[in-house]
Amino acid sequence: MSESASAVEPTPGKKVRRTSFNEGTGRLAALLLSPTLIVLLLVIGYPIISALRESLYISGQRIDADGFVIEGSQFVGLDNFAAIFSGETGDRFWNAFYNTTFFTVTCVVLETVLGILMAMVMHKAFKGRAIVRASILVPWAIPTVVSALLWKWIFQADGIANEVLGTQILWSTEGWQSVLSVIIADTWKTAPFIGLLVLAGLQTIPDEVYEAAKVDGASPWKTFTRITLPLVKPALLVAVLFRILDTLRIFDLPYVLVGPNKASVETLSILAFLESNQNRYGPAAAYATLLFLYIVVVAYVFVKLLGADVIGEARVAKPKKSRGKVGA
Amino acid sequence: MRFERSHTRKAVALAVVSSLVLLTAACGGGDDGGSGNNGSGGALEGRGPIKFATGKDTSGNLKNQVDAWNTQHPDEKVEVAELPESADQQRNQMISNAQIKSTEFSVLNLDVVWTAEFAANRWITELPQDQFPDLGKLLPTTVDTAKYRDKLYAVPVTSDGGLLYYRKDLLDKAGVEVPKTWPEMVAACAKVKALPEGKAINCYAGQFEKYEGLTVNFSEAVNGAGGVVVGDDGKPNVDTPEALAGLTALVEGFKTGFIPKAAITYQEEPGRRAFQDGNLLFHRNWPYVYALANKTDGSSKIAGKFAVAALPGLSGPGVSTLGGHNYAISEFATNKATAADFIKFMSSEERQKANVEKTSQAPTWASLYDDPALNKQFPYLAPLKASIASAKSRPKVVKYGDVTTAIQEAAYGALKQPAEKDPKQTLTDLQTKLSSLITQ
Amino acid sequence: MADAEKAPKKIDVRAAEAPWYRRWLPLIGIGAIVIFCLVPFYWMVVSALRRPSDQFDNSIIPKRWSLENFTDVFQPGTGFGRALLNSLIVAGTVTILTLIVGMVAAYTLARLDFKFKNLVLAIIITTSMFPGISLVIPLKKLFSDIEWINTYQAMIVPSLSFALPLAVWNLTAFFRQMPRELEQAAMVDGCTPAQAFRKVIIPLAAPGVFTTAIITFIAAWNEFLIAVSMVNRKDISTANVLIASFTGTSGRDQPFGSQMAAGVVVTIPLVIAVLIFQRRIVAGLTAGGVK
Repeated sequence: MSESASAVEPTPGKKVRRTSFNEGTGRLAALLLSPTLIVLLLVIGYPIISALRESLYISGQRIDADGFVIEGSQFVGLDNFAAIFSGETGDRFWNAFYNTTFFTVTCVVLETVLGILMAMVMHKAFKGRAIVRASILVPWAIPTVVSALLWKWIFQADGIANEVLGTQILWSTEGWQSVLSVIIADTWKTAPFIGLLVLAGLQTIPDEVYEAAKVDGASPWKTFTRITLPLVKPALLVAVLFRILDTLRIFDLPYVLVGPNKASVETLSILAFLESNQNRYGPAAAYATLLFLYIVVVAYVFVKLLGADVIGEARVAKPKKSRGKVGA
Repeated sequence: MRFERSHTRKAVALAVVSSLVLLTAACGGGDDGGSGNNGSGGALEGRGPIKFATGKDTSGNLKNQVDAWNTQHPDEKVEVAELPESADQQRNQMISNAQIKSTEFSVLNLDVVWTAEFAANRWITELPQDQFPDLGKLLPTTVDTAKYRDKLYAVPVTSDGGLLYYRKDLLDKAGVEVPKTWPEMVAACAKVKALPEGKAINCYAGQFEKYEGLTVNFSEAVNGAGGVVVGDDGKPNVDTPEALAGLTALVEGFKTGFIPKAAITYQEEPGRRAFQDGNLLFHRNWPYVYALANKTDGSSKIAGKFAVAALPGLSGPGVSTLGGHNYAISEFATNKATAADFIKFMSSEERQKANVEKTSQAPTWASLYDDPALNKQFPYLAPLKASIASAKSRPKVVKYGDVTTAIQEAAYGALKQPAEKDPKQTLTDLQTKLSSLITQ
Repeated sequence: MADAEKAPKKIDVRAAEAPWYRRWLPLIGIGAIVIFCLVPFYWMVVSALRRPSDQFDNSIIPKRWSLENFTDVFQPGTGFGRALLNSLIVAGTVTILTLIVGMVAAYTLARLDFKFKNLVLAIIITTSMFPGISLVIPLKKLFSDIEWINTYQAMIVPSLSFALPLAVWNLTAFFRQMPRELEQAAMVDGCTPAQAFRKVIIPLAAPGVFTTAIITFIAAWNEFLIAVSMVNRKDISTANVLIASFTGTSGRDQPFGSQMAAGVVVTIPLVIAVLIFQRRIVAGLTAGGVK
């Protein structure tokens, strides 16, 4: 279980120059990281592995002549996965795959733009900014259970959305309107999350940097793109990465707001849920596994393409910058 | 009825033999699970405190009921485990407890449509019918929902049936009778719409959002036209002219505007709201609407202006779909004797009466519907009794979830505008789908 | 604090010299964002303040104000007060544990050089990639085997593990931005590495730490799926679970008003927490004259 941690060995003769830090660094690191890793592996690792195992089995699908479900599970290899891609189920899977991807791209882009704007607003000094800050964070603070109900009611046929717009749109029926309602509700709820993380990033930028930029006569746009963005990039990337992970697993909003079995907003998480709701745990685990793999790939690509500051720095920058500085 | 039963008994005997063969053949594959499968339902043993898993106590009256039990049985106290409001969540909590064979819940409050699934998976215990002598005094249709393959697995405690709510004031004004059939209802609406005060009103709505309510409404349309979704023999038989007539009536309703467009998004509550706001002339809903629509605190614009009748059929009386809840004992419960006594207690005439008085939930005890005092308090009891007595159950199949999803999928596709398929094609496809789901 | 407001003010000064639209555009932007955030919340509050009988009214301002929905929520017997306390216990514990465990892990990842660092980071984030709904049944089985059903830890430990990946990643990013010279200076002054971490790094990283705290607290406060699956006793249920079990008097009617009232009640402690913590986010700058 903790092999990755215990496998960490101090690399001999590498950082002898560094005081205090280097004695048994690996063992120390293992010790310090073990609480995190133990909790994660126990509470998440174990269920993931049992779900992966489950995806290779099928159970409770046959009924004996007496009308009872035959107990026990049966190893079926990759059949559950093969079934997902065949025929009608395949169409449904690809539709859900498309929806999941579409929601993720649209929502995360909108949320990032809005979130950065929010962070700039919260960062600004003006009278009553505490109130502004708090109000920006309100949507994020409302429990999902409640906000889904709230939006459901807003988008009801005789709800306030139609009244304000003067329309008769049936939001929960299939089509663009249901997609739009999910995007609006999701953006509203989670843009503040990005805003908050970016704000924290903004706060660590020393004033002197801005002053220097001003002295150099940089335009606000230039200051933003050349100074602010690069400096908040680590925080922003973490925020965006976690939003991507979350949105790829989106479930509550389309399920509560629009409803199950609606092709326009059916996502991979919903498919996994519906299968397990019908007690088909094997296929449900197969959907969950596929979604998991998809997310792993997306996250990997994201970190590879953009995330040098976040994760790569350890590898790339270490030999030059940090050690050089230490040595000097 | 009698013929059917002896017939089934023979089938069961045959089935036992063949399943024994199957069991010996399949014995290699892991444990054979619940061995309490010796037909007569294992003895209900064990006394002590139990937990009763139910959806949220809606009226606050459940506490009174349980308190009454607890004062009489201090050593066998019942604790209520309240599950979330959504039926999906309730079912999931119960199933996940059964999956891990948890002894946590002893008595389960099951929606009628879950009985088959829970019984077939051996998540609930078979009940010896001779220990529940009062079953004969309950409405037979409700008792039927508690059985799976002719064995008793639960006791019905509350029931539910659809009613036609109508605007009495407007019908009187237009001088039309209460419609008994769908065409009469269409004609009545036309007359009311000719009145100055009826101009803006919508004619009819039920529950047509894609959820369980659509299965209910679709089944009522089909049954009310003389068709069936799943026949008494347990085989789907929905590709018939009768079923087609029933579905076509709904489809035409949407096309002609007899049913307002927004009704495709209606669950119970939005429909009730439209009716209470005076926007609907006819409305199919459950008994709970009665008290709420009669409130004089300003929430209802039609208090005192409406009445209820039996559902209309296509050319005769309509057929309601049966709702309600059954109490069952978890297979993994420890104090099953207490659990059985508690179920008897809750389904007794005295307790059911106390419950009706406080909650307006439909009882299963037949004689309560004829109680004059209750009838005075709830004027809908007479039509409700008729509705429940002639009501049809939804298919009693293990994979009910798949079946209802298929029905919703088909009905929704036909009703939404523009429709995905014409009614004929819808039913043909639904028949194919149901056949593949139910034969297994 | 004073220091903290210096820089943005200077930018404002420049704005004042700029043409009118430069001055007004930010304000309009602020207004638009605040309205966007608050309008749905306003609708929630207003719905909660209507009389139950006007519940489905669409007027922007209630015709008659009423606290009836709120009194309904706190009626004796609903156990809502107790549920709020439970939420506080769970979310509070989760936040504190996440911060302690997460900061140690993040600092390790940010400062120590060891092999497999990227692998550890990858493992940590991978655990937040599995669909939550698929974790429930295995977890329930596990917790039932170790008799954790109906305990606080059955809610705390999963929430902790949901919160840790973000906390570790976010804090790692923050700690990395701190120049290493800081600790070295501290250690030259005689601090141990642990002291250097506590007295120099944490205060400097305060914006990141408090942001993490807020996010963790909110996420734990809002957690529903685990809380509803692992606990069936009312006296340790969280507020969210209780709200989901609200129904009207007949079971089919939805008590939208009291649900919204409960939602407002559940949200307000978070808004207050945000108001308190946001000062600390800014306070992080006061020590910021480092580079």
